[in-house]
Amino acid sequence: MNRGIFTVLENSKVADRTFRMELTGDVSEIKRPGQFVNIKIEGFFLRRPISVCDIRGNILTIIYKTVGSGTEKMSAMHGGEKLDVLCGLGNGYDTGRSGGNPVLIGGGVGVPPLLFLTKKLVSEGKKVRVLLGFNTATEVFLEKEFTDAGASAEVATADGSYGAKGFVTDIIGNEDYSYFYACGPEAMLRAVYFKTATDGQMSFERRMGCGFGACMGCTCRTVTGSKRICREGPVLEKGEIVWGD
Amino acid sequence: MGRLSVDLCGIEIDNPVIPASGTFGYGYEFSEYYDIRILGTFSFKGTTLEPRFGNETPRIAETPSGMLNSVGLQNPGVEKVISEELPKLEKCFDKPVMANVSGFSEEEYVRVCERLDVVEQIGWIEVNISCPNVHGGGMSFGTDPASASRITRAVRNATRKPVIVKLSPNVTDIVSIAKACESEGADGLSLINTLMGMRIDIRKKKPLLGNVTGGLSGPAVFPVALRMVYEVSKNVKIPVVGMGGVSSADDVIEMMMAGASAVEIGSANLVDPFACRDIITALPGALDRIGAKNIKDIIGGAL
Repeated sequence: MNRGIFTVLENSKVADRTFRMELTGDVSEIKRPGQFVNIKIEGFFLRRPISVCDIRGNILTIIYKTVGSGTEKMSAMHGGEKLDVLCGLGNGYDTGRSGGNPVLIGGGVGVPPLLFLTKKLVSEGKKVRVLLGFNTATEVFLEKEFTDAGASAEVATADGSYGAKGFVTDIIGNEDYSYFYACGPEAMLRAVYFKTATDGQMSFERRMGCGFGACMGCTCRTVTGSKRICREGPVLEKGEIVWGD
Repeated sequence: MGRLSVDLCGIEIDNPVIPASGTFGYGYEFSEYYDIRILGTFSFKGTTLEPRFGNETPRIAETPSGMLNSVGLQNPGVEKVISEELPKLEKCFDKPVMANVSGFSEEEYVRVCERLDVVEQIGWIEVNISCPNVHGGGMSFGTDPASASRITRAVRNATRKPVIVKLSPNVTDIVSIAKACESEGADGLSLINTLMGMRIDIRKKKPLLGNVTGGLSGPAVFPVALRMVYEVSKNVKIPVVGMGGVSSADDVIEMMMAGASAVEIGSANLVDPFACRDIITALPGALDRIGAKNIKDIIGGAL
């Protein structure tokens, strides 16, 4: 983990309440897809944890949803403005266990880290199938980036306004896959957990204090004991997950 | 002895900046980010007799200039702290550390303190009678003079190490509690723990924290903390460790002018893991600007 001052290169809307920001700075501590950064926004006390969507050279791409006044303020930032960023947080996905043809399952704002993961898996010679779930057509983003990165991509929307109608778990189908990786809202992860036939890894979201393991704000139960989502997570193995009520 | 060194209950520390319990783990985690030997000491995560998972999440909520937490004393229990956590710390920090102790009964405080009494790494025992996030313990001991006296006396008899009692601000008269602890043999006092508060998620029409209420910390509470440190310092003779929203070298100086012999830093560590290092580095310049040679000389300067 390091702390750096990043410069915003670009910040634009890519879907309903969804923004894509490119920043430049020291990204050397970001080692794995599935890790996140923690961003200080002027006027707000706590940082905002946001997953890494992509890294190219020293350019960091994040895609975030405006969910409150902090991210609202972030969405109004322009090129040239500076942000204080903690980089390289969390464990990230382990691509070593993927097998030859993993399936990647993302929902809503959980989709972005799967792009970085896709690029890594494709570079390792794996055949990647990506399944993306959104509520409605105006919320769909990144589909083309996944196919450009060499994956096959299928989309489902809950209202059927784009792609298949239904949840992302409805389009897993019977096609064979070696392993799965998932990121999305907890209800989606739970559905993925029960629907998938193989082992896999899931990235969780929790309200965080620090984002680097100090405050114990984001602790969850696992079969091997307490884990901090920000530190031993956000990625957990399917086999260690304990679902709450 | 440098210009930043201070005495804390008979132990000289290199500087008065102490990372507060619950915001600095067991120290070794932060040694990945910087060499923590720059610190004089720090207070490690609140320790209970048995392991505790803590409260349900969400445990954190943002507030104007601060935050609420309702972690609820998550810790692995005193035996694991001694056998697993402290040995890891020993590899990156060789000065005495402050053990923060909490409990749900007088007996539990005593048993934890007796266990920690024989651990050489520990310099001070900070007795938390002020955690607002647990039920049937913690803060309930720190909100009236009689029970504060009882716990102080019991702990005082259970250890030879200096005992610093950590006080709650959620009381009508903090001075009466401070005096009660002093008269029962406390070697020092630390204050303030967090102020009880809450937030509501207006979309869900429900309290935001899993525990409903939590403890407020951060710059928002600094003036309240400063006022309490000032009032307590005026009325006791034992050293006071000031805390509550301290986030700069100037805040440290203000706390010390209000009577604090040392200062704990909490929430600032969570926003910036380098906060304590940077504040220590900034202190000499801050002293220069007010024309102070040694930091000791400013203690109680505004009383």
